[in-house]
Amino acid sequence: MTHQHPALTAEQKKELSDIALRIVAPGKGILAADESVGSMAKRLNQIGVENTEENRRLYRQILFSADSRVKKCIGGVIFFHETMYQKADDGTPFVQMIKDKGIVVGIKVDKGVVPLAGTDGETTTQGLDGLWERCAQYKKDGADFAKWRCVLKISEHTPSALAIMENANVLARYASICQQNGIVPIVEPEILPDGDHDLKRCQYVTEKVLAAVYKALSDHHVYLEGTLLKPNMVTPGHSCPTKYSPEEIAMATVTALRRTVPPAVPGVTFLSGGQSEEEASINLNAINTCPLVRPWALTFSYGRALQASALSAWRGQRDNAEAATEEFVKRAEVNGLAALGKYEGSGDDSGAAGQSLYVANHAY
Amino acid sequence: MSPPVPALTPEQKKELAAIRIVAPGKGILAADESTGSIAKRLSSVGAENTEENRRWYRQLLFTADKRVEPCIGGVILFHETMYQKADDGRPFPQVIRDKGALVGIKVDKGVVPLAGTNGETTTQGLDGLMERCAQYKKDGADFAKWRCVLKITAHTPTPLAVMENANVLARYASICQQVPNGIVPIVEPEILPDGDHDLKTCQYVTEKVLAAVYKALSDHHVYLEGTLLKPNMVTAGHACATKYSPEEIAMATVTALRRTVPPAVPGITFLSGGQSEEEASLNLNAINRCPLPRPWALTFSYGRALQASALKAWAGKKDNTKAAQEEFVKRALANSLACQGKYTPSGTAGAAASESLFVSNHAY
Repeated sequence: MTHQHPALTAEQKKELSDIALRIVAPGKGILAADESVGSMAKRLNQIGVENTEENRRLYRQILFSADSRVKKCIGGVIFFHETMYQKADDGTPFVQMIKDKGIVVGIKVDKGVVPLAGTDGETTTQGLDGLWERCAQYKKDGADFAKWRCVLKISEHTPSALAIMENANVLARYASICQQNGIVPIVEPEILPDGDHDLKRCQYVTEKVLAAVYKALSDHHVYLEGTLLKPNMVTPGHSCPTKYSPEEIAMATVTALRRTVPPAVPGVTFLSGGQSEEEASINLNAINTCPLVRPWALTFSYGRALQASALSAWRGQRDNAEAATEEFVKRAEVNGLAALGKYEGSGDDSGAAGQSLYVANHAY
Repeated sequence: MSPPVPALTPEQKKELAAIRIVAPGKGILAADESTGSIAKRLSSVGAENTEENRRWYRQLLFTADKRVEPCIGGVILFHETMYQKADDGRPFPQVIRDKGALVGIKVDKGVVPLAGTNGETTTQGLDGLMERCAQYKKDGADFAKWRCVLKITAHTPTPLAVMENANVLARYASICQQVPNGIVPIVEPEILPDGDHDLKTCQYVTEKVLAAVYKALSDHHVYLEGTLLKPNMVTAGHACATKYSPEEIAMATVTALRRTVPPAVPGITFLSGGQSEEEASLNLNAINRCPLPRPWALTFSYGRALQASALKAWAGKKDNTKAAQEEFVKRALANSLACQGKYTPSGTAGAAASESLFVSNHAY
């Protein structure tokens, strides 16, 4: 074994590292606006809006028209392919609007989950074919980072060793290809919150999955300083009878990350999963006040948890556009504070009261 | 994935207080030379390799005055030494504990060849390890050490050597942690400095080896917060034509660790390998002045680099005991400063001078 074939030059590494640091600069996180056409159908359906290309354009325009207040709390926006090539009413390409705010443009590049034969409903994610060429084109068209989502689920016998290994491997292949094209890969190994498992179980599974992910990234010679991680927070399953406090969730989450994520990774941008807007902010804040040493940025990459109120304020009416944008800005600012551990909550609990609820970490 | 059986209870976890060994300003005295190894040291100063000489020599180190107490967090012993006594009748483990340090024990049984490889090895010693560690714990040991060895050539370390040594280290660590009341395993995957490879090559190999080690520790359910890592610093091979500064060594070393060692690991205690006493202190100091964020303690676990001058001053003569102890105290103090980044050898420019010598990290 010798260092005969460096994957990246020093210049390539610097470019990737700089991009990653800009996205997760202090107080900033990511707006995940990359819902596929199929996912958008569900969102628009809920507010009684038809799933047309124009409606999807109008809706994203609401988010991207946010004023300069978002500059301090949004470091990156993830686009779906269609959206990369859409424009605002005045003809400005969406990519341009985002870049003009000093925000980094990202692109979802996976092509969805496919079944793993011989497993109990487990999946891997496809999209590697021609990924090199697609990344090169997206880079020319303004994207500097990408996202690829893998999915695992907890049940009595899952995730299986195959599912963990295969998803970690495909994430590493994707990451390797992105970096060759000057694109920072966000690595997303989502463990679904479906089920009745408790917090400890989710923590255990998260630790095993992340250990496999980082071994695969090492095996594939991925430059960690030029990546970001988009994991689930460690939470109990949706149907778990026990309720846990934000501090317990934070402690379990940070402990799991401390045991698996090397310090070279500049940032961890949590997905919100099924959490409400307020839950997602409160939990992120607790994570950022957790008394364990955390060498990476811990911030958000939220879809629903940034957009739910904006979506329901809009309801497809142009007249509601400004009010809807305002809802989005509000959540963006709240999460920017949460990423700094400075969000006091929507009213009741003050920050100080929350801190005393931390249990010593040896229980995790 | 079937429901996990937790490997340790919260109480067991508490016992594995690795943190005490690597408290600020402290490191480890590796005094665990086997009878064969110590033979070489003693013969180099013209002393006979008798049990009494070995006892006298270790007593010299363990009864140095209290200036060493803030510098030494742990002492690693060889089996024979655990059961020897000082002149005043106190068993050596007690002498060490009376000075506020923890007692460690070397538990491996040396390297054995891996068939079908080019001189590569694994390490034996797992048989009956649980019972041996339980006894050592009763006899005063709180931590253990196990050394694996890898070497760099055109075709080594091979995947087999990396995998097998990582696996045996993880088995050893798992067993240590199961011992009643806990033994902290120090995990030592030494990559030898033999060869003419450059700094980059050593860094690359170190990253691959450590990634495998931490994946194996995860697979074996080892509690990282209750372990320590004893790696080589990242250096060029002994026969490499290029010379590197302490800052280059520090940057390469810290970069490799940042890419592989999870923050949950409380401390990294470097082996000194073939380095001179002064080299080992200067490099450790540069490591602790390196401008990259480092969430673990970075300190020493030195054998020769703490003892070389003391050994020479002693030369087997009881009359030289005080002079020899003085040499040891000098190195202990120097390394205590070095692990805080405060070591300035007399006659050189102050600390500020060395900061400008750090090159930015994207080149590594």
